[in-house]
Amino acid sequence: MILGLVSLCAPLGDSCLSRGMSTLPAITLAHPASLIAAIFTPWIAIGILLLIGFFASYLTALSWADLTFVLPATGLGNVVIALLSRFWLHEAISPSRWAGIVLITVGVGFVAQGPSLTERPADGAPAPAETEQPTLEEQVR
Amino acid sequence: MTIPSPVSATGLWASVAMIAAIVLTSTAGEVLTAAAMKSIGDLDEIRARSGMKGAILAVVTCPLFFAGVGFLALSFFSLLMALNHLPVSLVAPASASLTLVTNAIAAKIFLKENVDRRRWTSAVLVCVGVYFLAH
Repeated sequence: MILGLVSLCAPLGDSCLSRGMSTLPAITLAHPASLIAAIFTPWIAIGILLLIGFFASYLTALSWADLTFVLPATGLGNVVIALLSRFWLHEAISPSRWAGIVLITVGVGFVAQGPSLTERPADGAPAPAETEQPTLEEQVR
Repeated sequence: MTIPSPVSATGLWASVAMIAAIVLTSTAGEVLTAAAMKSIGDLDEIRARSGMKGAILAVVTCPLFFAGVGFLALSFFSLLMALNHLPVSLVAPASASLTLVTNAIAAKIFLKENVDRRRWTSAVLVCVGVYFLAH
């Protein structure tokens, strides 16, 4: 559910940003203030709101899963946008794009089969192991 | 290899530099954010214990989180900058697929995550898939 939100909000937000930025005149490093002004144009504002939704769900996912587990799921967002453009906007998808969709889906399915979090006690980190041992003994008693 | 016209209009090295800036800043930002969220603990549990306010408070009082967000903000502005000069069909997939690999490396080194064969395979599969999807 959370990972679904992550993969939906990110591509939609990016497309809004792209639509907004491409209508603006060229921005150079000499005028950084024009970047700040760009934030307040409508398409970019919508894009930013979607990306905030993405970020909230991304943070929640990161609090209980590894970065290398969450990140491939964000790649699924590209598949979502490709399928949306195929069935909603009726754009043609070339064989190489279908190959990309299959590869990403297989990759995400692959990582989702494994554990979502690295087993910390097995790594032998000294500090957490010491604090955990007494509580384990208390539980046994 | 032919270079797509939008790139040659901006200059190859300028394009590479813009994408590299996005990749480096976002890798730093994501690793720092992930470290911050791990140090805070399970947000769902915190929200169950002390409500939404408590969960937000736990996040915004973590200094690591702001370091991460700072880098992510830098990455966001480099993305805006790149989108202004290059097409989204180049910038988004290139930065997304490269970020996957640099993040897997950084997560292994800095977060000591167990990046086993399964995760490497999936990172590479998604990376290649994103590349294919862009062409």
